[in-house]
Amino acid sequence: MVTFSIYRFNPEKDGKPYYKDYNLDVPEGATILDCLNLIKWTQDGTLTYRMSCRSAICGSCAVRVNGHPRLACKTQASAEIINGRMKIEPLGNAQVLKDLVVDLELFWKKIEKTEPWLMPDNSPPSKERRQSPQDFHRIDAASSCIMCAACCSDCNSWAADENFLGPAALAKAQRFVDDSRDSASLKRVKDLSRTTGIWDCTHCGECVERCPTDAKPMDRIISMRTTALKMGIVNNNGARHAKAFVESVRSSGRLNENMLPVKSVGIFNILGLLSLIPVGIRMFLRGKNPPLIHKHIDEMDDVKRIFKRFQK
Amino acid sequence: MLTHDVIIVGSGLAGMRAALELCGSLDTAIISKVYPTRSHSGAAQGGIAASLANSSDDSWELHMYDTVKGSDFLGDQDAIEMMVKDAPDTIFEMEHMGCVFSRTEDGRIAQREFGGHSKPRACYAADRTGHALLHALYEQVMKNAGKIKIYSEWYVLSLIIHDNICKGVVAYDIKTGKIEVFRGKAVIFATGGYGRAFRITSNAFASTGDGIVAAYRAGIPLEDMEFVQFHPTGLYGQGILVSEAARGEGGYLINGKGERFMERYAKAKMELAPRDIVSRSVQTEVNEGRGIDGKDYVYIDLRHLGREKILEKLPQIRQLGIDFIGVDCIEKPIPIQPTAHYSMGGIPADKDGQVIIDDKGTKITGFYAAGECACVSVHGANRLGTNSLLDALVFGRRTGKAVFEFARNANLSDFNEGREIDSVKAEIDAIFDSKGTESMNSIRNELKETMMSDCGIFRNKQRLDDCLKKVKELQDRFKSAKTTDRGKTFNTEMFEAIELGHMLEFSELIIVSAMAREESRGSHARTDFPKRDDAKWLKHTLSYKKPDGGIGLKYKPVTITKHQPEERKY
Repeated sequence: MVTFSIYRFNPEKDGKPYYKDYNLDVPEGATILDCLNLIKWTQDGTLTYRMSCRSAICGSCAVRVNGHPRLACKTQASAEIINGRMKIEPLGNAQVLKDLVVDLELFWKKIEKTEPWLMPDNSPPSKERRQSPQDFHRIDAASSCIMCAACCSDCNSWAADENFLGPAALAKAQRFVDDSRDSASLKRVKDLSRTTGIWDCTHCGECVERCPTDAKPMDRIISMRTTALKMGIVNNNGARHAKAFVESVRSSGRLNENMLPVKSVGIFNILGLLSLIPVGIRMFLRGKNPPLIHKHIDEMDDVKRIFKRFQK
Repeated sequence: MLTHDVIIVGSGLAGMRAALELCGSLDTAIISKVYPTRSHSGAAQGGIAASLANSSDDSWELHMYDTVKGSDFLGDQDAIEMMVKDAPDTIFEMEHMGCVFSRTEDGRIAQREFGGHSKPRACYAADRTGHALLHALYEQVMKNAGKIKIYSEWYVLSLIIHDNICKGVVAYDIKTGKIEVFRGKAVIFATGGYGRAFRITSNAFASTGDGIVAAYRAGIPLEDMEFVQFHPTGLYGQGILVSEAARGEGGYLINGKGERFMERYAKAKMELAPRDIVSRSVQTEVNEGRGIDGKDYVYIDLRHLGREKILEKLPQIRQLGIDFIGVDCIEKPIPIQPTAHYSMGGIPADKDGQVIIDDKGTKITGFYAAGECACVSVHGANRLGTNSLLDALVFGRRTGKAVFEFARNANLSDFNEGREIDSVKAEIDAIFDSKGTESMNSIRNELKETMMSDCGIFRNKQRLDDCLKKVKELQDRFKSAKTTDRGKTFNTEMFEAIELGHMLEFSELIIVSAMAREESRGSHARTDFPKRDDAKWLKHTLSYKKPDGGIGLKYKPVTITKHQPEERKY
């Protein structure tokens, strides 16, 4: 017998959400979706969630299981039982409409915002456009995304700033940035390099951990950052931050935390620099400021060797 | 009341493809009970057929012959010819839109073998072909966002037809519980299939035949409902699809004695015989005690393909095996059993999607159907793998073009809005006001069980009689089904009740059509009439609602152009 503690909220009746426990004999091999269905069909018909294909391709049934998003239809229940219990909640970073159903309008709007459709520069040939198997592989992973929103549920940057495009939209964007048939890559990467885009990801890795497919959004974001630097799209805080980061480690083996924010906003950016002052003062008052004199580490030979190796 | 020039119901391949033909200068709306990318077209795995001849020589003539033979000669050959001729351009168009395809070394669209096809003509994107096509179309719909209004999570409950003129639909906003009438110059149904009535099925929870039932209730006859395709390789116990691509790439079917048993049934094509034949073969092995350990499943063995080929060509299948039954096909064979997969029958439509209700060509003005919910009929008694995605795109596109021509010169019709809403409300009230003594879950399980065992791969008079009796009993019990949710927001329990009502209704049509057809053809196998009988049964069934509410049957001839019926051997 397993106790499912399930998040319940009916906006027509409940002032605030609550958790309700359901006991269920979990059949062997049952997925979490099987369990939700058994509860709904035999215990409580009001329990509400989305589902459709039950074969991990439509992306309807992502919910949080024991705190993290899972595709309910492809997750074995037995893998998630902790001391005879399992907690099921709606996805995070989204408004709950009812029980486990969340509002996905913002999610879809962000996808649309990246203009995720092919922009070729020539009229189509009479047959297919050619694309090498290697070029197909550059977009294969991102195109396996099923839009389940699991990545966005646990995205820390999204939680901090709702304007951040988020992992799913950015993974979708990579699918076009790297499509050999697309002609708008430069414009796309320029747009994506603005605030709310690729440089706003904190590379915490949650999205990669939670993605039920090969899309692995953060890997796609990192690939687009590399593309941006290669294209010379560096006039933005994110690119400057990355370069300053590397420079600091190369020259001293550690981060110069005094100079990093200055170089990130740009040393000639007066307004940007002024905006750093209040943060600096607060850090100083709380004793959090880094040492004023930045020293290099002792093993600089190792650092040089590592950089040499990377350059190879 | 909401008004659009054209109302498309369903957001899978057929629905979205039609929308792209219309949105240029007509006010176009898509209504879907899910978000577009959740549509079941996305679950199609193995490929989409077209005689591109990228991997070997091929021609539309061969594709046509294979399809006609696959259909057990019940397919309408004029429509099949048109579909296979349209196929290459349809694929190229999708490629131009940006659809992702696996490629040959020289950069062309890769093609693989598939059951019943004499040439490698399945274009694919790994084993996620439906997903790739669905997302490519959704990208184009997003590109045209200002021109196509999408009503996601709206459920269409009835179709408004008076005097053979279609005027709109009544739909329910799942998020808010609001009932709205949608008025349009034309309505296109692209609502998918009806496999959900069977215990073991590859179909999504959403595939409950809502569209065909709405049409039937509005007085449209349904064509060839007895033909339900069982896919031979569903994951054991789950029914989840193991793509035919697994056999296309060289997988073996193995019984409990370790034999490649297809040798007994289709010596030449072996595992790549059409689905009806392979499903019957698997079921025969099981029935005769040669399942694995004498149980009700056999194996599909992919181990000899090797890790690299499996990871490159069949990654999704491998993952499904690992996630759903804990079997990694690189190391072990996968246990499989036949699974209800595709509905050959549906709303009778011509090559342009126009709904035609009899053998005299009587049209329902303004009503169109495309994709799995339609019966054109290009699949006849048995569909070949990879021809369904093709059907959805070719006829979605053609229907879109035809509706464009029709709707730009058509006018909106008047009708009594209140009366339409009232009749839908009455259906919902009946669910809420029932005595509540019967469990929906039991009714649903019993329906799926009887349809699977008595109206499934093998049928006979006795079983079909029993099945009909059982379904009528369930229909009766359904009137007292218990529901508990009375809310307006996301009342999924209410929709499950409505869907169960639909399943009980179309199941009876499948059974009645199957009882009448005293022959075996394609997916319809009668043990009491094991031979195909062209003299009596080379014709399409039309099942319709009689004025007294009962089911009537009529028939219409099959269109035969190039290929006379012959014995079907593989």
